Amino acid sequence: MLAYRRLSSRPFASFIRRNSSVAEPPPPEGHLPSVATSQILRSTKERALRTPGLVWNDEENSNSVGRECRKMNLYQAVRDALRPVLCDDTAVVFGEDIAFGGVFRCTMGLAEEFGRERVFNTPLTEQGIAGFAIGMATMGHTAIAEIQFADYIFPAFDQLVNEAAKIRYRSGGQFNVGGLTIRTPTMSVGHGGLYHSQSPEGFFMGAAGLKVVIPRSPIQAKGLLLSAIRDPNPVIFMEPKILYRSAIEQVPIDDFALPLGRAETLVPGADLTLLTWGTPIYHCETALHLLADPPAGLASHVPAALRTAKVELIDLRSVLPWDADAVAESVARTGRLVIVHEAGMTAGVGAEIAAEVQKRCFLRLAAPVKRVTGWDTPVALQYEKFYIPDAVRILDSIVETLSY
Amino acid sequence: MASLAPLRVSRRLPQLARSIQTSADTTQLPEKPSDLSQPFTVKLHEDSFRAYQCDVPDLDVTVTKDQLLGWYRQMQTMRRMEMAADALYKAKLIRGFCHLAIGQEAVSVGLEAAITPDDRVITAYRCHPFAVLRGGTIKGVIGELLGRQAGMSHGKGGSMHIFTPSFFGGNGIVGAQVPVGAGIAFAQKYLEKETATFALYGDGASNQGQVFEAYNMAKLWDLPVVFVCENNKYGMGTSAERSSSNTEYFTRGDKIPGLQVNGMDIIAAQHAVAYARRWTVEQKKGPLLLEFVTYRYGGHSMSDPGTTYRTREEVQRMRSTQDPIRGLQRYIEEWGLASEQELKQLDKDAKAEVDAAVEEAKASPEPLIKDLWTDIYYKGTAPPYMRGREREEVHYY
Repeated sequence: MLAYRRLSSRPFASFIRRNSSVAEPPPPEGHLPSVATSQILRSTKERALRTPGLVWNDEENSNSVGRECRKMNLYQAVRDALRPVLCDDTAVVFGEDIAFGGVFRCTMGLAEEFGRERVFNTPLTEQGIAGFAIGMATMGHTAIAEIQFADYIFPAFDQLVNEAAKIRYRSGGQFNVGGLTIRTPTMSVGHGGLYHSQSPEGFFMGAAGLKVVIPRSPIQAKGLLLSAIRDPNPVIFMEPKILYRSAIEQVPIDDFALPLGRAETLVPGADLTLLTWGTPIYHCETALHLLADPPAGLASHVPAALRTAKVELIDLRSVLPWDADAVAESVARTGRLVIVHEAGMTAGVGAEIAAEVQKRCFLRLAAPVKRVTGWDTPVALQYEKFYIPDAVRILDSIVETLSY
Repeated sequence: MASLAPLRVSRRLPQLARSIQTSADTTQLPEKPSDLSQPFTVKLHEDSFRAYQCDVPDLDVTVTKDQLLGWYRQMQTMRRMEMAADALYKAKLIRGFCHLAIGQEAVSVGLEAAITPDDRVITAYRCHPFAVLRGGTIKGVIGELLGRQAGMSHGKGGSMHIFTPSFFGGNGIVGAQVPVGAGIAFAQKYLEKETATFALYGDGASNQGQVFEAYNMAKLWDLPVVFVCENNKYGMGTSAERSSSNTEYFTRGDKIPGLQVNGMDIIAAQHAVAYARRWTVEQKKGPLLLEFVTYRYGGHSMSDPGTTYRTREEVQRMRSTQDPIRGLQRYIEEWGLASEQELKQLDKDAKAEVDAAVEEAKASPEPLIKDLWTDIYYKGTAPPYMRGREREEVHYY
């Protein structure tokens, strides 16, 4: 248990003021670990094969010995997941421009390999795509639809919330759309602006019947997508678009599954739980480095006693249903929770998690649950860097929470 | 506005000059056959159909005595069922939403008469007759309305949520079933089934954007889907003319041909559906629009008396002059297929069947508390728990 409390209620307030006049911006790649150098990414075959929770989907053996991996980025891993699925004849992949790869190249070459009848372009018609996919799935098909950007999912919101999520329930179990998976790129890209950088996962959180999954890396993307497609429930699979090319791992080439609805602890710790999913994982990793070894400009704002704090970093992975047990278990140990997400704060996923955690861990909490999120504004183009919670804002919240 | 008046008149003139007629009893028997147990040919009124980018169906239709008597019995039973639902609702035994199809029986019975069990049907909220005709039971429908275990969705759905293996449900969201229907048709085509999907919606839903999205995909990919617009002239409380810039719904598919049909004459209705099925399944010409011009006698839902946006006289006139059941009754009597007495017996049988089903449904228990939590996710893949109102009510899977 950490002994310091209330060293400062706003440790970075003065820092922010002072730095507003700094002339030289940091280099674009930053001074610190980023996605390219992240220790979270499994860049060797040995580490890739030891991915926690990984279950091989082939029958021969459950052994990892002798398995091959290939270096892939996230979009290649998505494509790699779609190939074994398409070996099932009833599986169909469709969406806007996906026949020639889609805007992020996730479906490249699939039309040539599996036929244009099974991998095809649709009109620009999101509500129609969702409805059409639901119809197919009710017939027992594996329908894998792409909504080109998560920002465009709103016309399909009715179909997903009212039809896909409810069909099993309202038909008394006679019909289901378990074969339905909606893939969609999500989160910010740095310059996406209002309609290409949103994170709409929270809007689906109340739609019992749906699952919402967000991977952080190529291995995660492949394993979770394979699980999402084969899960007998409709799944919205949101792929952090900035990671498509920047996140690179050794990815097992065999067919494997990672569990839905389960969080993963990336860095174990005892003093504070840092919970996030998707892109901000890497900002959180950077923040942990800043905390342990603050650069000169930040050092005065990170009390020395806090620098040895053990922060537990958790990737939630599934937003619906979310792994409340794992989060509550962690918070019960650490007594502190900081939640990071890109969507705005009001009624975001963090609000739901904070409410549940305060209920489950009320007497264990040593500090209020802190949310580091986008602002409650649109994601405006020129302000995007300010909108997205970055490593410094996360560090600020960690220090504030640790020293509460 | 004054200057617009002449324009309006002129725009409507062509429609007045030639419009569909919706009487239920204008089909003629040109020559009376000697043996009525054999199939015989009748002639539909020349204004039973209007076509858009396709030919009108042949007006000569071959029917049999058994067919006509069967349809009569089915329409009468469906009306009795809806009347029973009406009474149960007014007795406060049915709660929630309830939309009745009294007056529109020729569409559901005519549709079912011309398709096969392997075809697929999906419709909107006015779904009770389709559910029964597609393999369900009256007890199952009434049980669902009452919210009982005997209901076809085990009492968890209610009026708009009734399904059978070939009937993809009533759907409560206006227009949402139409692209779903296109997807079902795609699966049929993909699986190389010689079947079609009939995606139904009303004149109100026809203005939903996703209906046009579905048209486009269906034509683009030549899907075996028949878009069936049940034009009962009012989308909730707004007449077609006040809601739609183009009230000729059969022409709204752009490149999809369409057929407007007298939806009050069961023979015309059945004949049109057979034509549509041939078009999509046998001739593989892609999608088709069918517009049934019909009429609902009751309000949009149980909370709508149905008289604030139309006159009582209008409803009365439709009931007395264009009722599909009375129309068929006249054919049967005039053509000597059955006596008034025999038809009365069919009426009684229908009523008895419905009454018995209602009693059975009423006797069925309410859903078990535990079923509140089932069928949200596939068994075994659900989250660890679902919240109830308080700690004791949290359900753990």
